[in-house]
Amino acid sequence: MLIDLKNIVKDYQVGLEAVHALRNVDLSIDKGEYVAVMGPSGSGKSTLMNILGCLDTPTSGIYALNKINVSTMNDDELAEIRNREIGFVFQTFNLLPRATALHNVELPLIYNGTPASQRREMAEKALEKVGLKDRMHHRPNELSGGQRQRVAIARALVNTPSIILADEPTGNLDTRTGDEIMEIFESIHDEGNTIIMVTHEEYIAEHSDRIVRLRDGMIERDEAA
Amino acid sequence: MRFLIEIWEELKIALGALRAHKLRAALTLLGIIVGVSTVIGIHSLTKGLDKAFGEQISSLGSDVLYIQKFSWVDREGWEKYRNRKDLTMKEVNALKKYATLTKVVSPSVRTQQTVKYGRKSLERVTITGTDEEKTGSAFPEFGRDLSALDVANRRDVCVIGWEVADKLFGDKDPVGERIKIAGYSFKIIGVLEKQGSVFGHTLDQEVRIPIGVFFKLFGRHRWITIAVKVENPELMEEAKDEIRGILRRVRGVPPDKEDDFSINQMDLIMDLYKRLTSALYAAAVGVGAISLLVGGIGIMNIMLVSVTERTREIGIRKAVGAKRRNILWQFLIESLVISGIGGLIGIGFGFGLGEIIAAISPLPATVSPLSIVLGIGFSSAVGIFFGIYPASKAARLNPINALHYE
Repeated sequence: MLIDLKNIVKDYQVGLEAVHALRNVDLSIDKGEYVAVMGPSGSGKSTLMNILGCLDTPTSGIYALNKINVSTMNDDELAEIRNREIGFVFQTFNLLPRATALHNVELPLIYNGTPASQRREMAEKALEKVGLKDRMHHRPNELSGGQRQRVAIARALVNTPSIILADEPTGNLDTRTGDEIMEIFESIHDEGNTIIMVTHEEYIAEHSDRIVRLRDGMIERDEAA
Repeated sequence: MRFLIEIWEELKIALGALRAHKLRAALTLLGIIVGVSTVIGIHSLTKGLDKAFGEQISSLGSDVLYIQKFSWVDREGWEKYRNRKDLTMKEVNALKKYATLTKVVSPSVRTQQTVKYGRKSLERVTITGTDEEKTGSAFPEFGRDLSALDVANRRDVCVIGWEVADKLFGDKDPVGERIKIAGYSFKIIGVLEKQGSVFGHTLDQEVRIPIGVFFKLFGRHRWITIAVKVENPELMEEAKDEIRGILRRVRGVPPDKEDDFSINQMDLIMDLYKRLTSALYAAAVGVGAISLLVGGIGIMNIMLVSVTERTREIGIRKAVGAKRRNILWQFLIESLVISGIGGLIGIGFGFGLGEIIAAISPLPATVSPLSIVLGIGFSSAVGIFFGIYPASKAARLNPINALHYE
């Protein structure tokens, strides 16, 4: 079991009102799965992603990642888990605007102390995998949307994490480019990577093996695609 | 190793950020440059002043006590001093006889006279009546000093200062010639080496004659200064006590009355100088500190802007594994780089400022390695002090909020 969520609750205080973003969520994901998380806005899917991605901790409940309880970790411990176990792909790409594609991909390696020469080699390899080796010295503003998202995917892959977490990865792309990105996800899934993808598009979710549907902070349905 | 890799990367990030905003960085630098150059400039000037003053003081000898009716530093009760009994040869002889902690006891009495050689004359020459003992460091360059026999026999001989020789004799050898002081003829037996000046007053325009001759010519009612060189400078206080005891006995001062003489010392002048200048220095340091404060606030301001602008970047870095300390260092290094560069340029300007002031005014400037340490120290301290708040603010950002910051 790669991911094991037990009884996860997440409450927020918005003004005077308590918002129950997640209510007693149980979810298990095995290594190598390709899971889509769906749900209308306000269903709690972003909150779930943040917790799965170790960007946030639950109010109560236990999250075991690779059999390690990460639900009570502090900021810096979570940073280390994110660095080692999780590769993020965001809707808005989230690349450093002043850095080249190569440097963007190297970023996670800087924070685990990989020496510069090794870093470059690993980053080049990751960029090669997404077909962008010839663009590695370009900055994000010199790349198309699809190319930027590929750089982001390379960055997510470079540290060989346990999970690739993608949050609406095709949301800012046209359909054709989106399809290309989905192909890349499929190929990295075929290599044995675990992928969790948040989307609200049915046809994107259909690329996955399993669809988890959220509503009002609870899992409404969890079924094979 | 890992720490070094991280710090190196953070330095590169910081330099990149500064390169991206050159004008902004330069304007921020300006504040630090002004602050540091003020501190350095003031420091090198005050150092120079202290050094020049110290050199002049020590040329007069710090182990020499000057016994006089008047105190050098206490000017309040002039009346009190004026009514004191004059010091006479009786006190000199008593000190010579009874003092054990002293090496040299030498009386001197001064007046100003015109000195003539043939048709040439020199006005306002200091005529010093003294004996064969001396506390100063000036020795004859030609001829000899006054001897015990010259003094005892009240011979009409004199030793002239370097400037007197230069002005009256030019290239001619003065030794053996005769000059006239207040109408009386003296034979020159020696010429003193050049001594230079103290506080703008030349020491070379002087003629020394036996003290007995002086009294005969100019009368006895003159202020005598008794210069005493102590045997061991470490026993300065004991020597003073001994002198005080001897003088009180000779002058018949009752035990319940205070001294009717003053024991003066160059240290007193030094103390006075320090008292006068420390207020000036404090004001100058205050100006420097305020400039640095302003520069530091500039750094803090620009770093807060930088953190806000790069909130999203911070979010990205945190998402891929940057810890608090990575973000903290990234911004702290940025402010340190600004303040450090400002400090280095400021040191250069400060030295320049010192040199310029030294060149166009009589104030001397001394460039010391301490100034460099001071400049780098102050600017780094400013960088850290004013950079830590923005940097820790950045380090504490919540990654989720930072990633969604627009």
